[in-house]
Parts: sequence; structure tokens; C-alpha cells
Amino acid sequence: MKIVVCIKQVPDTTEIKIDPKTGTLIRDGVPSIMNPDDKSGLEMALQLKDEKGAHVTVITMGPPQADLILREAYAMGVDRAIHLTDRKFAGADTLATSHALAGALRKIDFDLLITGRQAIDGDTAQVGPQIAEHLDLPQVSYLEDLKFDGEKTFTMKRHIEEGYQMLEVEAPCVVTVLSSANNPRYMNVGGIVDAYQKEVEVWGFNEIEVDEKNLGLKGSPTSVHKAFARGLKPAGELYEVETDEAVGIIIKKLKEKFILN
Amino acid sequence: MDFSLTKEQVLFQQMIKDFAEREVKPLAAEVDEQERFPIETVEKMAKIGIMGIPIPKQYGGAGGNNVMYSMAVEELSAVCATTGVIVSAHTSLCAAPIMENGTEAQKQKYLPKLASGEWIGAFGLTEPNAGTDAAGQQTTAVEEGDNYIINGSKIFITNAEYAHVYVIFAMTDKSKGTRGITAFIIEKGTPGFSIGKKEKKMGIRGSATCELIFENVVLPKENMLGKLNKGFGIAMKTLDGGRIGIAAQALGIAQGAINETVRYVKERKQFGRPISGFQNTQFQLADMNTKTEASRMLVRKAANKKDQKVPYSVDAAMCKLYAAETAMEVTNKAVQLHGGYGYTREYPVERMMRDAKITEIYEGTSEVQRMVISANMLK
Repeated sequence: MKIVVCIKQVPDTTEIKIDPKTGTLIRDGVPSIMNPDDKSGLEMALQLKDEKGAHVTVITMGPPQADLILREAYAMGVDRAIHLTDRKFAGADTLATSHALAGALRKIDFDLLITGRQAIDGDTAQVGPQIAEHLDLPQVSYLEDLKFDGEKTFTMKRHIEEGYQMLEVEAPCVVTVLSSANNPRYMNVGGIVDAYQKEVEVWGFNEIEVDEKNLGLKGSPTSVHKAFARGLKPAGELYEVETDEAVGIIIKKLKEKFILN
Repeated sequence: MDFSLTKEQVLFQQMIKDFAEREVKPLAAEVDEQERFPIETVEKMAKIGIMGIPIPKQYGGAGGNNVMYSMAVEELSAVCATTGVIVSAHTSLCAAPIMENGTEAQKQKYLPKLASGEWIGAFGLTEPNAGTDAAGQQTTAVEEGDNYIINGSKIFITNAEYAHVYVIFAMTDKSKGTRGITAFIIEKGTPGFSIGKKEKKMGIRGSATCELIFENVVLPKENMLGKLNKGFGIAMKTLDGGRIGIAAQALGIAQGAINETVRYVKERKQFGRPISGFQNTQFQLADMNTKTEASRMLVRKAANKKDQKVPYSVDAAMCKLYAAETAMEVTNKAVQLHGGYGYTREYPVERMMRDAKITEIYEGTSEVQRMVISANMLK
């Protein structure tokens, strides 16, 4: 089986602070990491490799420094790494990004394409499903678990609001994975030692199959109207009362807010 | 001259910090309190190659270098000094002498199991009457046909209770003093070989420090490590390497204490403001950090020299001396800056202060390091 995993380098948002004057993110000195949902997607692929044998390719689109997460993926055990980077890709929103990735994926043979559900810097959850649309492949989002029968059918457990949905899907297909699906493995020390001996294939516009007008700023219909820091929530009200009285107060408050009728 | 880490070392540091924070730190207080060997952590470390960092790939190791190994001991010790010394003794004191002095058959037999962490390693030199004066060995190895018969005991042996393979030293010719000591490899379960009393220690309380007892142990000659009567040189060279590990441990303890203290002084308020606002706190922190960074430079320099295969004994002695004394000083200040809370077991700095003390004692006391350094100056 051939698996491709899309991964993205993101700022570690747990380390990000907001400039109180401008309301913008302070990115200086913030470490860059592999997006957590993507890392779980990669772990899912590596588990399939461990259990059934698979060839795992990772692909990322990003500036030259995104090379680091591809080396990390090598140290975790992937077989091939592709870095999509070109000035023509710069300024892309989710749609232009998914066009570029789909353009590269047309050049790669795979049975399963895995992406993370969403990236912690944008939280859009759009790129995976958009890729599936561009490639005209079936897609299953919000995956918690995936099993392979060894031939061509995947059994998938998908998270939905009320519980789980179980699905059977045939290869080739696209899935998006939640970070709660697994605990990604650590990089292996021997893998780290070899990570920079391996080749990362660098692909630009000329290596992929895509219409140029769908790329970069030109291919991006999204425009950011305004960015602002969310205001602090006001302090809550504290009542120290017996349970019965507390229930009454809560119901009254919920009615005031029209949450209960 | 370049002080920066290589790309591989940057990637390694990212991994080992993450591992230490998520897998090792949560157990540190419990391991200390219960004097428990963290075997589950060893299994996790084994799985990702931490038990075989500088062992070549051909023997199942990670094929890394001594700088990476020292970084591992540093980062593990920053959250749990017990875990740091387990890796240090295993790697520097058992795998390294086999790697450097073993026959090809011995390397094939022991290194893959040590590198994978399936087996844990230990080292037995110290005896009740042979500490710094290692030449006073009373354990004997008497030749008998194709075997040696070992009798005697060793004390203060790190990893003893959990190890599977031990590099030990015994007198093969009492009349020759240091020139009559030979190194041997002995496996757990060898008839006549048993583990004795477990020490109740001040610090590094999870590291399973015990006595080794040899009662008419029959060891085949192929278990001799290096040549007959060349054991003292092997022991001294092994300890040179070990000192880099212990210096890295001391460095980690100091850095761990700084990390805890920086967090605490920003939160703790007295006289209406965080104590980080007082100049005394700021000056103490500056001194703690400067000395710790100096330790780091000495450790990395010694490890790098070992990697370059140039003489590093004096560098190892200097980094061990300085890092150990810095760890003691920094943890002492860390407790002081924590005040009464720092003296309780609610905060990790009291453990770090207890853990730091041993780094001035084992694998050559600070006095021995001063002897090594000055002897080289005056020769």
C-alpha cells in the first residue's frame, strides 16, 4: 500500500503571546512545530506501515525552513519526503494551497491520502476536503481510527457530534485525522542521525500539474477583513448557596440569556 | 570556531526535551520518594534508541556522537537526575568499555543488546576499601584452567539491581598493584554472582545502587575484557568518558533548578510584587545562569573532543569538576530563592539539591579532578 501524508509547519500556538498594543501575534522566538493533527495523521500511516507494510510519503508546502518537519518525519520513519516550495505558491489561502498540493499529488501514486483535520494556526479544516474535491476522490473527515483489510477496503471510525460513525471505504481515498486518534511516536535517535543524509525532493511549479491561475495570491479568494484579539470575558458571578437554591439561580440565568425557555 | 549545534543535534534536542518533559518529569518526584527504579522509562527510552546513542549502527546503536549523548543526559537530568544517571552508567561505564576494549565476539554478543536497551549495563570498580584509591582492589581473579575464579565484592554500583551485564575489575596479580588488575564482563545469573544490600541514599534515589557479591564465580577466559593485567588503564579511560556523562548530569540538574526557580520567582509575591522584581533575585539568577552556561560549554567541548578522537581526559576532569560544583551552588541558591517552600518536597528544588551532591563524589571526586587537572599542568 502507498500512503501520502500532508503535513504543515505551524507556530506552536501554546507558546504564542499577543502584543497588547497592536493585538497581533508575536511570532518572534516562537518555535515551529509539525501541526498536531498532521502528526497524528502521520502516526496513523506509520502504524499501518508497522502492521501491514506500506510505503509512506510526506509532503509539505511551505518556505525553505519547513524542511525541518520533513527531517522530523524521516526520523519518525517515513520513506520519502517532498517539499513544495516556489514563489508562485506564496500568499496562498486554503483554496490555492489545496490546488498546489493536488497538483503535486497528481504526480504521485497512492492508495490513501491522509491530512490532519486542521492546522492550529488557521483552524479552517478546509485543505484536506478541498484536495479530495480537486482529485475527485471520496473523503472521510474527522477520523479517530482506521483499519485496513490488506486488500482494498478501509474500515473507518469517524467522530461526529453525537458519537461515532463507522464506514467502509475503498482505496483510493482521502481522510482527515484528529489529534485525539493516537499518540504520535517520538523521533528515533538513529533516525535523527540519518535524517539529513536522506533526500528531500524539492518541487516547484514546474514539477506539478496545476493551472497557474489557481495558485498563490491570484488563486486566493479569501481576504482578511480585520484581525483582532478576542476581548477578555468579564468576571463571573459567584454564589455560595445550597444546591437547591443554586439550581434555581442557574435556571433563571439561562432563561435570561434565552438558552432555556 | 563554531559554537552552534549541528542540524541533527538541533533535531535531537527537540526530541529529547519533549521526551523528558512528557515521559520523565511526571515520574521524578515519585521515583525519588519511593526510591523506585523507573523501569518503564527505561523501556520507553530503549524503544527510541536513547540507550544506544553513541554505539555504532553496525552494533545496533543509533550511530550518534558523544555531544548528542551528553545532551540526552543533560535534558533527562534537568527533570530527573535518577533517569540521567541510569543512561550515563549504562552507556559510559558499560557499553563504552566493551566498545573500546572488547573483542569482535564480545562486541557482537553484548553491544546490540545494550544498544537496544534489552539489557541494562553496569560497572563495578569501587570496593569498601578501594574508592579513590582504586588500586586497593581486594576482589581477586585466580586462573584455573580455561577459567578465572572470582571472589570479593563491589559497592555503590549504579543500576546493579536491574542490570544484565557488568564490567568489573579484579586483582589478577596482587604483587603488581595497579598493574595487576584485569577487567571482566559478567552476566546476571552467573552462578556465585549475587546482588547484595541496596543503599539508602541522599539523592538519585531511584538508581538502584547496590553491592555486587562474587563467591567462587567461574568465568570463562573469553569474558576477560582487554588484556591480562591491563584493567586499571581500562578503568581510568572508562571513567574519563563517564565524567562527561556525570558532568552532563550535573549541568542538567543546575538547568532544571534554574527553570523551576525562574517560574517560581515570577509567581511568588512578597511586599506586594513578584520576588523577580528584587535585585537580589535578579543577581542570583544571573550568576546561576552564567555558571550553568559555562558548564555547558565545558561539557560540550569535552564531548566534542571525544568525538574528534583527540585526548580529552583533562577536559573531562574540568567539565566534571566545574559542572558538579556549579550544580551544588545553583541548587542551593534555588532552594534559597524558594524560601520555606523550597525546603519542602512540594517543590522539586530540594530533590535537585540532594541529587546534585553526588556529582561531586562519584566517578572521581572533585578532589580527584583537581589532581588530574593540576598533574597535567605540572608535568
